[in-house]
Amino acid sequence: MSFLTSISAWIIPCFILLVLLIASIKKMPTYELFVEGGKEGIHMAFRLLPFLLGMIVSIAILRSSGALEAFIHLITPLLVWVGIPPEIIPLALVRPISGTAALGMTAELTNTYGPDSFIGRLAATMQGSTDTTLYILTIYFGAVGIQKMRYALKVGLLADLVGIIASIIIVKLVFG
Amino acid sequence: MVNIIWAFMAIVGIIYAMINGTMEDVNEALFSSANEAVTLSIGLISILVFWLGIMNVAEKAGILRLLTTIFRPIVYKLFPEIPKGHPAIGYIISNITANMFGLGNAATPTGLKAMEEMKKLSDSPSASRSMITFLALNTSGLTLIPTTVIAIRMQYHSLAPTEIVGTTIIASVISVISAILLDRLFYHMNKNK
Repeated sequence: MSFLTSISAWIIPCFILLVLLIASIKKMPTYELFVEGGKEGIHMAFRLLPFLLGMIVSIAILRSSGALEAFIHLITPLLVWVGIPPEIIPLALVRPISGTAALGMTAELTNTYGPDSFIGRLAATMQGSTDTTLYILTIYFGAVGIQKMRYALKVGLLADLVGIIASIIIVKLVFG
Repeated sequence: MVNIIWAFMAIVGIIYAMINGTMEDVNEALFSSANEAVTLSIGLISILVFWLGIMNVAEKAGILRLLTTIFRPIVYKLFPEIPKGHPAIGYIISNITANMFGLGNAATPTGLKAMEEMKKLSDSPSASRSMITFLALNTSGLTLIPTTVIAIRMQYHSLAPTEIVGTTIIASVISVISAILLDRLFYHMNKNK
């Protein structure tokens, strides 16, 4: 499984190489295009700030009071029995509901348990591998005036569940 | 929903602290975590600027359009109710490719366009089969490069911030395949009712 971690290190540099090669062959103003696109990143980081801050502070309150620990302690026997790390439960619950809220939780878990810990890697994989079902359905159906979602919500949430379980299994297999 | 969860966590935390006698910890965590969130957001700028810059070059150089030709036959198969050459197909493809590279902002406008076109096709206030398939693809989120997650790992001094790219792609592919299968399953179940 170590080849998977080395592929991970190669994907991004190789993608950048490909992009810059093709763009240069096509005689595009690569540097100017880069700068123009990069400006958007500054706005994005600032737009994320209140979302991240709100969620991080709220979890910090829950964690520092001892309530989160007590809750995790309570459900641990059940979750260990099915093989789910209890620390990940808050993230798994929030992931389908709000992307930015889940990002805040991912950051908090990464900070608390360390990025290279099992929980840190699992949180990252979970955050990256699915999107926010409830948000997407609300925005997209709302925008075109669809009142009956039919089975869309069921499909979205069940697929999220599969994604979460898949993340746990894969991270366990790859990083042990 | 997120409002309830957000407020609930803080309310439970504060009430629990009253009983548990950890109010001082809560008070301290309140300010230190807010500070940490700001540091984190500012730190995200580095990778976001770099990645969105590279993606702008990729887009203008026509690399995303190259992917479009690869995806077209698959999209035709997934959306049997959309006629070939209909503008909805183009919007669906550009939405999917933008999502794959973590370009959420570029994905939303094309996604909404795709929904409008599909609404024109179905002309009904109830979700059409194609719309549900499209949103199933969208919510399961096919991802190649999880940019913000990598940025967060960098912020917390990971020894290998990108080591989760492989696991993310596999988990993402599994959830997309299961979304497509579930979508098909529920479609046929509803049809037979």
